[in-house]
Amino acid sequence: MIDLTVNGQTHGIDADPDTPLLYVLREDLQLNAAKFGCGLGQCGACTVLVDGAPALACVIPIMLLAGKQITTLEGIGTLEDPAPIQQAFMEEQAAQCGFCIAGMMMRAQALLQANPRASDAEIRAHLQPNLCRCGTHLRILRAVHRAAALILSGHPAATHAAGASGQAGGAAGPDRHGSDGPSPAAPEDRLRPDDRDLSRHPQQRERPER
Amino acid sequence: MSTARTLSRRTVIKGTGALVLSFSLSPSSWSREAEGAAQPQTGTASLPGSLRRDPLLDAWIRIDAGGRVTAFTGKAELGQGIRTALLQVVAEELDVPWGHLTLVSADTDRTPNEGYTAGSHSVQDSGTALRNASAQVRAILIVEAARRLSLPPEQLHTESGAVIAPSGSRLLYGDLVASISWHVQAQPVSQLKDPGRFSVMNHPVPRVDIPAKVSGGAAYVQDMRLPGMLHARVVRPPSYGAKLLDADIKDVESMPGVMKVVRNGSFLAVVTQREFQAVKAMQVLARSARWSESATLPVESDLRPLLLGLPSRDEVIVDTLASSHSQAPADGSVKLEVTYSRPYIAHGSIGPSCAVAKFTDGALTVWSHTQGVYPDRQAIAEMLHLAPDKVRCIHVEGSGCYGHNGADDAAADAALLAVAIPERPIRLQWMREQEHAWEPFGPAMLARARGSLDSSGRIDTWEYGVWSNTHSMRPGPAGALLAAQYLAQPFPVPDPQPLPLPEGGGDRNAIPLYCLPHARIVHHFLPDMPVRISALRSLGAHMNIFAIESFMDELALAARADPVEFRLRQLDDPRGRDVLSAAADEFHWAARPAGGNGQGFGFAFARYKNLAAYCAIAVQVEVNPGTGRVRVVRAAAAVDAGEVINPDGIRNQIEGALVQSLSWTLFEQVRFDRRRITSVDWATYPILRFGSVPDSMTVRILERPGEPFLGCGEVAQGPASAALANAVANATGKRIRDLPLSPQRIKAALAT
Repeated sequence: MIDLTVNGQTHGIDADPDTPLLYVLREDLQLNAAKFGCGLGQCGACTVLVDGAPALACVIPIMLLAGKQITTLEGIGTLEDPAPIQQAFMEEQAAQCGFCIAGMMMRAQALLQANPRASDAEIRAHLQPNLCRCGTHLRILRAVHRAAALILSGHPAATHAAGASGQAGGAAGPDRHGSDGPSPAAPEDRLRPDDRDLSRHPQQRERPER
Repeated sequence: MSTARTLSRRTVIKGTGALVLSFSLSPSSWSREAEGAAQPQTGTASLPGSLRRDPLLDAWIRIDAGGRVTAFTGKAELGQGIRTALLQVVAEELDVPWGHLTLVSADTDRTPNEGYTAGSHSVQDSGTALRNASAQVRAILIVEAARRLSLPPEQLHTESGAVIAPSGSRLLYGDLVASISWHVQAQPVSQLKDPGRFSVMNHPVPRVDIPAKVSGGAAYVQDMRLPGMLHARVVRPPSYGAKLLDADIKDVESMPGVMKVVRNGSFLAVVTQREFQAVKAMQVLARSARWSESATLPVESDLRPLLLGLPSRDEVIVDTLASSHSQAPADGSVKLEVTYSRPYIAHGSIGPSCAVAKFTDGALTVWSHTQGVYPDRQAIAEMLHLAPDKVRCIHVEGSGCYGHNGADDAAADAALLAVAIPERPIRLQWMREQEHAWEPFGPAMLARARGSLDSSGRIDTWEYGVWSNTHSMRPGPAGALLAAQYLAQPFPVPDPQPLPLPEGGGDRNAIPLYCLPHARIVHHFLPDMPVRISALRSLGAHMNIFAIESFMDELALAARADPVEFRLRQLDDPRGRDVLSAAADEFHWAARPAGGNGQGFGFAFARYKNLAAYCAIAVQVEVNPGTGRVRVVRAAAAVDAGEVINPDGIRNQIEGALVQSLSWTLFEQVRFDRRRITSVDWATYPILRFGSVPDSMTVRILERPGEPFLGCGEVAQGPASAALANAVANATGKRIRDLPLSPQRIKAALAT
């Protein structure tokens, strides 16, 4: 039994000490965000924070993590109360398939926690370990810049002021909160949690949408 | 068989007052079909989009007594945003509030059969079907309201889930549905909304799948956790065709958590209680396994002679070349002849393929990120000797696939294991090395172009040949499934077929959109497939557009013409001309400095399949002569995708395709020795990382209100590759015609 502190809660984990953290997060703690991408520490899809620094959960055995503070994407915010990085990724629509996105957000989170004034070059260099196959990189960069702006302006009150796209590209983003354009979904609707639940009644799953 | 299922599922739930509108499954043939192209039922050819395959309105739309609308699509969300786009179409044409809408997608028990989600067909086919079905349902609701109100239908309109009378009185959709029969055939013509009145379509509605993806919600098949679920891993052979001699099955079965080792011929897998137990048991099993292997692969470095040396079935697809032109060009004008190639390219999904399967009471359910639930069901049923109606295949999103990756194979693996351990859901996931080594790659290709200019600097003759495998080895037949090929009683790999034009496979986009007075174009179809291949985003269009648009630049250089002006010289298509000009304008092409000394500018254009979206791309690069490395400084694209459903969705697709294609063009190549695939992870198969992302990128969308939807998910692959190659040539003065444009190739070119 190993005690792991994840998102502020300590759990007694009954798994082999050489089990990589990722399997414990996904299976024992039923956390979805950190993803299995390679199991080799090459792609960053499993990125979480260990004592505030980005770490590759697919290769770190749990025996090295007793007493450490482990943070996953679930630990930094929810759809009801999103962290700046989550709000920014939604506002920039910075995902295609999204499989890499939780890892991207956590690595960016580590940088912004330490330095919300990171330059575009610093953000790019910092994200170098994480792979995206859909080519969403420029949106991810815009989202990280937007998250930085939210943090600097005192999130969440400054949402509407956070229009700067930083250095990364000029493609117009999607409908923003507070924009004039008509939008069928009110902002609060967009942020409501997805009520799909893959663990229950898959045969009857309706996949309701808003 | 599907007909029987349809009848058995047509039900009216009593006591709710609601007619639960049934949906019908087409009695479609199970023959393999071209990538995503609709196979119409007889007598429905005049219907719009996929209504041709499934013409009954209640296959697509149903409304319950509470006014909740459920739409059905056979197309699957692959990260391209299709769920959001299709919901927008229904919300707009049916006038239903966003919150009242549900979309059910790609489920063999519930949705129409729309074949594969492929070929940029989803919006064109499913979007068109849902749009017309929604408009026709709305019209029927108005007629029913008019009957009840004793008013002429023309005096009524719809708004937010209700029919509104001139008096202002509202009849809710939910109150109208019970007395209407929806099991009726769609009509060829619908009264579609005037695009000027759109409030949902042509708006950047936020994607409905993104909130779960940025908050740790259950968004993927990988996130499924069913009660009693077990975990599994497969031990794949070390090389194509390897045969399993023996393995220490007993030892592994005594490992902690191991439920069963399943062996059937050379298919070997382990099922455990916990996931990491499966990984460990797989590793022990793999170490103990002995295989017989043989050298089945060609020499990787000899791609050009390999492709030219394989037996080919040649088809002349264009021949307007007068015999006098096939020899020498007239009046001593310029003549060029060059050869281009691309290597095998991996889909490289970030998440390895995964599936969940459960076998209960003789019936199998498979949750898969397949692109084709119906063809996959057929293949799995055949492999397991089950009737297709005993297999249900449900799409659940996975990591982006960009074509036919390991999804269907993982589904087959899970299905085999579920049958071996009934009553327990089995979650099977591939390892990174398995995805890299065993996915069916995009085929290597070769193109040879010969052309001449007339004295006015226009193209006179154009001869082009493309050598390629097929671009679809997708399921339908069980033999397309990897596991099925390795069973004790194996299923044979199906005979490859060329995909027919106009969409084409290896010859997709082999015919330029330009006006060519004298042309001869030949598709050299290569049936032998030494490397496992299938559909990769844009199929042969990537290579053909890379080659054609590179060659256009080579001809423009020979004609001493500006590349954009040279293209416009021979392009009549007005929408193509608009896109070309828009991209040039967006990029400030005319204001660019002269290329050279390591700085270069490149341009390229295509209309995907010559019948879907148009796209033109311009890029600026810097080439470091010391390292041979290319830095893409900026890129600009213009796209005409017809009527726009979600402008941000189009932008996202074009941006993503452009970056992905830059990665293919600069970095990617499947590696192998004579026995094994050797590019088995991200170190041996590097792709683009943030350090190689352009500084900036802009996308201009040309609005075409009232025009048909044109699929745009793959249109940028070819133009991005060619624009980049043209920019490198402009920067260095050297033309590199083999992909990837690696530092080694660039340095070698600069040294000549």
